[in-house]
Amino acid sequence: MALEIIEGCVNCWACLPLCPHQAIYEAKPHFLIDADRCSECVDAFATPQCAAICPVEGVIVDELGTPLNPRGSLAPPA
Amino acid sequence: MSALNPATPIAASSGCKSSRCGSSAQQMNGLPSAIMQKVQDHPCYSEEAHHHFARMHVAVAPACNIQCNYCNRKYDCSNESRPGVVSEVLTAEQAVQKTLAVAAAIPQMSVLGIAGPGDALANPERTFTTFGELTRRAPDLKLCLSTNGLMLPKYVDQIAAYKVDHVTITINCIDPDIGAQIYPWIFWNHRRVTGREASEILIAQQQKGLEMLVERGILVKVNSVMIPGINDAHLKEVSRVVRAKGAFLHNVMPLISEAEHGTHFGLTGQRGPTPQELKALQDECAGEMNMMRHCQQCRADAVGMLGEDRGAEFSIEKVAAMQIDEVAAMQRRVALRETINAELAAKRAARHAEPAQVLALRPAVPPPELGRAVRMAVATGSGMLIDQHFGHARAFSVYEVREGKVEWLETRAAAQYCGGADDCGETESTLARTIATLADCEVVLCSRVGIEPWGKLEAAGIRPDVEHAMESIEAAAAAVWQAMLAAGQLDAPRDAQRRA
Repeated sequence: MALEIIEGCVNCWACLPLCPHQAIYEAKPHFLIDADRCSECVDAFATPQCAAICPVEGVIVDELGTPLNPRGSLAPPA
Repeated sequence: MSALNPATPIAASSGCKSSRCGSSAQQMNGLPSAIMQKVQDHPCYSEEAHHHFARMHVAVAPACNIQCNYCNRKYDCSNESRPGVVSEVLTAEQAVQKTLAVAAAIPQMSVLGIAGPGDALANPERTFTTFGELTRRAPDLKLCLSTNGLMLPKYVDQIAAYKVDHVTITINCIDPDIGAQIYPWIFWNHRRVTGREASEILIAQQQKGLEMLVERGILVKVNSVMIPGINDAHLKEVSRVVRAKGAFLHNVMPLISEAEHGTHFGLTGQRGPTPQELKALQDECAGEMNMMRHCQQCRADAVGMLGEDRGAEFSIEKVAAMQIDEVAAMQRRVALRETINAELAAKRAARHAEPAQVLALRPAVPPPELGRAVRMAVATGSGMLIDQHFGHARAFSVYEVREGKVEWLETRAAAQYCGGADDCGETESTLARTIATLADCEVVLCSRVGIEPWGKLEAAGIRPDVEHAMESIEAAAAAVWQAMLAAGQLDAPRDAQRRA
């Protein structure tokens, strides 16, 4: 059980200091999550912290590839 | 290492054009002397100081905890630094090394700021480790930080403990309904909060943080991004409220929303203010409090005098190779600062000795026989001379000549209409945009100008003048004003002249 950062991540650093298990690390071309460390925050917070602060839609996905911030979810109301 | 020569402190600084400021150094009139004392060697807060003192930002704070509609998180914070740029993120250790290296090479260094590239207080560990180490190793440097204010109340005591004496809070609104149009979400208490509630929390935190800083005697500047149609009318109220709570300076900056930056506002066509709209709002707010008008919206890793960036000389690799005598460097800085401040104090005293030179924030209207004030745009690369072709100017310096005295107002970006090659496809609209930018100017001083723009400028009521090519801007502008006065062109308002 782990989340994954995929292409589209803009390397803004916001998630890195929030991870309760230090699972996130700087990498090229974008930050990555160490699957062995990630608990999806179930043991720590009500919601995965990386996904709660990520400013880009669709770049943090669960094991099924489902984005935690789907398209349109972070856009300002029209 | 090429240290500047401390023996010549008030040599012309390359970062700013010395002709810019002149009498506008009085922007701080009316500040209590304790605050004057604190800002006198801070280049970002004192227009006078920015010729003589240098600042640097260290990019140790990459993360951010809110989203602004004028920001694309691929890039640096577009309020605290210039949009569309990416700073090299440093660790706290690298930032300390870089600061000590710069402060040894540039003895004018008086201020170290953390302004991003995200939010200083969304990266508390990196920010405070940097401050802590510098408090110990370069205690003469003033420390400052910029923040969106969300985490401010939590860290105010730490800010005070590290003797950070200047904090900038970005406050774009005090009304959550307006905030909802600027901030789509914030990260708060381990969750993402959206909509009006997000702005309610953010505004409450900002105002509480402002009050707590003021209580502790820490100077607070407020930055606001002027967003036409959203918060422009509201910013006067913001200015009034933050002043009442003790902010000492308000910096209203224009929204920058180029589509290529990919911000929400850029993509939805939200425009920024015209230079005239910005100045009008700054003037309106000036009635309320001290306004800052020389802000350059520097990068989060800027190094040097305001308006210059020597960051490339201090890359991580170069800094690692430098040998630095920290103590000797600090002694040089302290000695230089004393010399500069003594010279500035002498200059200030001289100014006050001549009653005619003492200007209020709003100069009195001159008697009609003296002629009205005239704005002039200048095409200049050096900032000293009229040395640019109209069509090659990337920006125009705008001056106002009032009663024969020349005062620099601001720099306005030009749409470049001619690159000298076959790139003139959009000549017409580009030229029209540039002319619109200069609509309040009556004269444009340049080294040369093409026939077509000449005609269009004249049609717009702006007289091109190439008679003063390569002359000093101030002398030429004064001469042009005197000639207009002698010709009787300054007796009636400009509009009446144009109708005639």
